[in-house]
Amino acid sequence: MTGVSTRPALPVPFHEYQLDAAYDEMVDSNGSVRPHYERLYQGILNLEANELRHRQHMAELSFLHQGITFTVYGLEEGTERIFPNDPLPRILTHSEWSRIERGLAQRITALNFFLKDIYFEGRILADGVVPRDMVYTCKHFRRQMRAFSVRKDVYVSIAGTDLIRMPSGEFVVLEDNVRVPSGVSYMLVSRDAAKRIFPRTFRECGVEPIEHYPHALLSTLRTLAPQGCAEPAIALLTPGVYNSAYFEHAFLARQMGIELVEGRDLVVHDNFVYMRTTAGLRRVDVIYRRIDDDFVDPLAFRRDSALGAPGLFNAYRAGNVSLANALGTGVADDKAIYAYVPAIIRYYLKEDPILNNVETFQMSDSTERKHVLGNLEKYVVKAVGESGGYGMLIGPHSTALERQEFRRRVEADPRNYIAQPTILLSRAPCSIDGTVQPRHVDLRPYILYGDKITIVPGGLTRVALRKGSLVVNSSQGGGSKDTWVLHHD
Amino acid sequence: MLSRVADSLYWMSRYLERAEHTARVINVQLSLILEHGAGSDELYWARVLRSLAIQLSGEEQDQATLAQSLIRETTHRASIVSCVMAARENARQVREQISSEMWAQLNRLFHSVRQARDQGEGIDPREFLQSVKDGAHLFQGITDSTMTHGEGWQFIQAGRHSERAVALSSLVGSYFRELPQTGVGEPEYLEWIGLLRSCTAFEAYCKAYTADLRPGRIAEFLVLHPTFPHSIRFSAASLEAAVKAIGAEAASRAASRVERIAGRLHATLSFSHIDEIMAGGLDSYLDTVLRQCSQVHNALYQTYIAYPIELALGA
Repeated sequence: MTGVSTRPALPVPFHEYQLDAAYDEMVDSNGSVRPHYERLYQGILNLEANELRHRQHMAELSFLHQGITFTVYGLEEGTERIFPNDPLPRILTHSEWSRIERGLAQRITALNFFLKDIYFEGRILADGVVPRDMVYTCKHFRRQMRAFSVRKDVYVSIAGTDLIRMPSGEFVVLEDNVRVPSGVSYMLVSRDAAKRIFPRTFRECGVEPIEHYPHALLSTLRTLAPQGCAEPAIALLTPGVYNSAYFEHAFLARQMGIELVEGRDLVVHDNFVYMRTTAGLRRVDVIYRRIDDDFVDPLAFRRDSALGAPGLFNAYRAGNVSLANALGTGVADDKAIYAYVPAIIRYYLKEDPILNNVETFQMSDSTERKHVLGNLEKYVVKAVGESGGYGMLIGPHSTALERQEFRRRVEADPRNYIAQPTILLSRAPCSIDGTVQPRHVDLRPYILYGDKITIVPGGLTRVALRKGSLVVNSSQGGGSKDTWVLHHD
Repeated sequence: MLSRVADSLYWMSRYLERAEHTARVINVQLSLILEHGAGSDELYWARVLRSLAIQLSGEEQDQATLAQSLIRETTHRASIVSCVMAARENARQVREQISSEMWAQLNRLFHSVRQARDQGEGIDPREFLQSVKDGAHLFQGITDSTMTHGEGWQFIQAGRHSERAVALSSLVGSYFRELPQTGVGEPEYLEWIGLLRSCTAFEAYCKAYTADLRPGRIAEFLVLHPTFPHSIRFSAASLEAAVKAIGAEAASRAASRVERIAGRLHATLSFSHIDEIMAGGLDSYLDTVLRQCSQVHNALYQTYIAYPIELALGA
């Protein structure tokens, strides 16, 4: 990269801050600090040596004592880990955010229309905009949902959309999460930590608040109350304490003041759902379920599931209980359907998408497949129904053996895979061993869709803390940082 | 409140009480053992195990090693580390129900015992036991001052006091079975002090009866004292109070049964006289107490936690 070495180095602790081809959130291509990062930059320069490390340590200790942890699957010992949090906030200007906000609102609206359509007449399929077999072969399509009116036609009440920033500075959508998106509790606790670490800078910058998220979520769930139910009893259904996101389930239930239930707490009788309490059985009207479709009801879906409640699906179909998100929403975040989302937006809303997609190759298409399999080292290959960074090949960082294995898998089941060019995610400053260095980040805002659309400003910025890594998932060594959306540009 | 939540709060509290009790008993024993001649360890540790109602299974090592392993190993379910872990695991299941301060304290205690387990021989056992006791006391104080004294808190009290009543009954029973009660000679004197200390009762006893140790008085103090917090009667009274409060909160139709059983346990202890107890045999009296404790536990479960659905639907 020409020019990199000729530029004067930044002062300590930024002395190891080097730019490359990725978009840098803090420093522009001339090497000067972007105006909206200036206050944070100065704030860090003014810290005593080691002060940053000390504050970071205090924040980590408080995470440990609060038990802010997540679970890593497939590891025997010490499955519970502290959630790695980087203390330096990622900052977005007001205008950057407002474009993202409009784009997300547009996207969730279109996806809800799409879900209603495919579970009823299927106009979009008849018109050939989305291939019929693409929808029906999706493993998250639920035929049990056909011709069933969900409350207020809201399929996706809660979405978490992953955005990345291209080297050009443009935000694009990497994937939609419209089943059971997680991470919002880390957004809230990261804000808490950032306010403690940079109180002055936070105040001076003028940051949009996010603390109302639990309340907004509660209001969204309320709008789903079954007909004629004015004061719904709402419960959050968790798979239990061994789930990777259990901390979040407990956190949200506490913040909203709703009951945190497990499948074994629920009883379905005469198509009504009850929870077992010390005062006997109590009706439940709305369930914010944090378990996958397959496990909700062993009578309707997976018979071996002990996580849900037998009979829950019938109670749902009878309209006596609402679920958020609705069942069968996974069609809309299938990574193969993803490629059609721009077309879906144009079809229902007659608007151009505000946020673009990443170029995506369908492995079910033989020409595209041939091209990708011939150049695997350049692409990221993903299984369409997976999330959390599982079932994924990152071409440039893969070994020949891994590529061979993936080639075999793709050829065996092409519908199950898509490929995308490897994208250099933007980088933001992070505190690494007492110095400030850039690391790759993405952004997951959380969208609430009820009687109105609520998007708390910012979201969870996930960061690949390993140098050079492009994988931000917490299960794969990623962490989080706070996201500041400024009142002004 | 969810039945499962009540269940977890109850056991969280029981396990923590058990950890604290075990820590106290072993700590007292470690200091007593300094007074004994070498070679007699095995004998004393055997009593400790009996007083904690821990049975030696065939393939385990000798008593002294087992007793030592109770401090920081996880091989035995009754060990201090296992109890703290179980308490924390129960708390984790209901962490949205307890205050953040409570959770943070229990977490601190958990991390410190886990660290001790990992360090193994490197730690001073008495310092460690003291830290467990302090950690448990701190948790109780935080619980009392940060959590609403509602139904959940009452389940915590119920757990603590039923555990304490059971633990005290086993402890007192084992000492009285094994020590001569005719007079207190020099060799036994230390043993009786050990019993009182194991119940944090030595100073309180001295205030009531002076340092003149007599088995009958010791039994009266530990079994029947109305206001000393580590007496069986006090625990029974607190258990009954918790059960009544739970009944009032839950407004359950079946509450009267468990209240009756808890009331009977309390009454048994309130209206007994020590001379009659000793005449009839302390052992069989404590057996009755233990049986009634387990009846209260069962009734509590049948009423609030593991009740049959058909009953609740009121068909």
